[in-house]
Amino acid sequence: MSKFKKGGKKDLPAVSTASLPDIVFMLLFFFMVTTVMREVDLKVKMSQPEATEIKKLENKSLVNYIYIGEPTDVETNGTTPRIQLNDAFATVEDIQEYIETKRSEVDEQVIPLLTTSLKVDSDTKMGIVTKVKQELREVNALKISYSTRERNEKK
Amino acid sequence: MAAKTPPEINAGSMADIAFLLLVFFLVTTTMDTDFGLSRKLPPPLEPDQEVVDIKQRNVLTVLVNANDQLLVKGELMEVQDLKEKAKEFIANVNNLETLPEKESKEIMFFGNIMVSKQVISLQNDNGTSYDMYIQVQNELARAYNELRNELSEQKFGKTYDYYVEAKDKDHVKAIRKVFQQRISEAEPKDIGGGNE
Repeated sequence: MSKFKKGGKKDLPAVSTASLPDIVFMLLFFFMVTTVMREVDLKVKMSQPEATEIKKLENKSLVNYIYIGEPTDVETNGTTPRIQLNDAFATVEDIQEYIETKRSEVDEQVIPLLTTSLKVDSDTKMGIVTKVKQELREVNALKISYSTRERNEKK
Repeated sequence: MAAKTPPEINAGSMADIAFLLLVFFLVTTTMDTDFGLSRKLPPPLEPDQEVVDIKQRNVLTVLVNANDQLLVKGELMEVQDLKEKAKEFIANVNNLETLPEKESKEIMFFGNIMVSKQVISLQNDNGTSYDMYIQVQNELARAYNELRNELSEQKFGKTYDYYVEAKDKDHVKAIRKVFQQRISEAEPKDIGGGNE
């Protein structure tokens, strides 16, 4: 009598799904770690201009954002371009205070490294942008970055 | 009665729960990286600041009006042509009288090299659109970067971008010194009825 059966159909063993949760958890942790929840609700229209000579902004904790554009809610806020700091509309005069607050939140040594990212809608006129820039000059927040999208160009 | 071993918890639904969480994070994730044109604003004006006189030939005036038209050294121009014009101005290859003066400077890797005293003066109107402003800034930056790339390629056989990528600060600094980005922004004017 042979120990091995010959011929005889065998069922293919089912693929074990026991490790599926592990795989999914791994993915889950990856996304949990990389996720950045959107910090602010945009209240202004934002379609940024495109440019080619751009640099990536490193170290997000050292970047302050100023949003400028037409309010999205035209009925209550009109169509004049407005400045948004954090979650609320602001005026040009509030910028200095905003920068000071941001400065007090970080270590003293890194203050010169703070960058202000100007996120401006492409339809905005330069008048308001210039005013903002003058305010930034006055508080000595000189490092700025005009936030743009990347333009892919075929050469 | 014999102690019963507690029944095992069915872990079959674990995958479902994990999937649910996974989908949630997939949806909320924004991997937006912020890109932008980095600039440095001039420090606030000191009351007793001297006005520096710059020779006319060393300045390339770029004016943008409220209708987004471009005037470069008195010539009407399209944005696409600005880069070439700026490159010609910055480099002044043929040492023309009308283009910037050059002076000899000692720079690492290059030794003594003629560096032009160029300044680009950018003036916009309050009514200029932000998009146009960025395009102009971009073209000017591109002029500098292309010149740097050409120079670097000629001298070291590698582009300037390569050194920037490689974080080779010495080379980057040296190349930057030859073609220093000097874009001066005048206070904007309110001629074209620029309103807020």
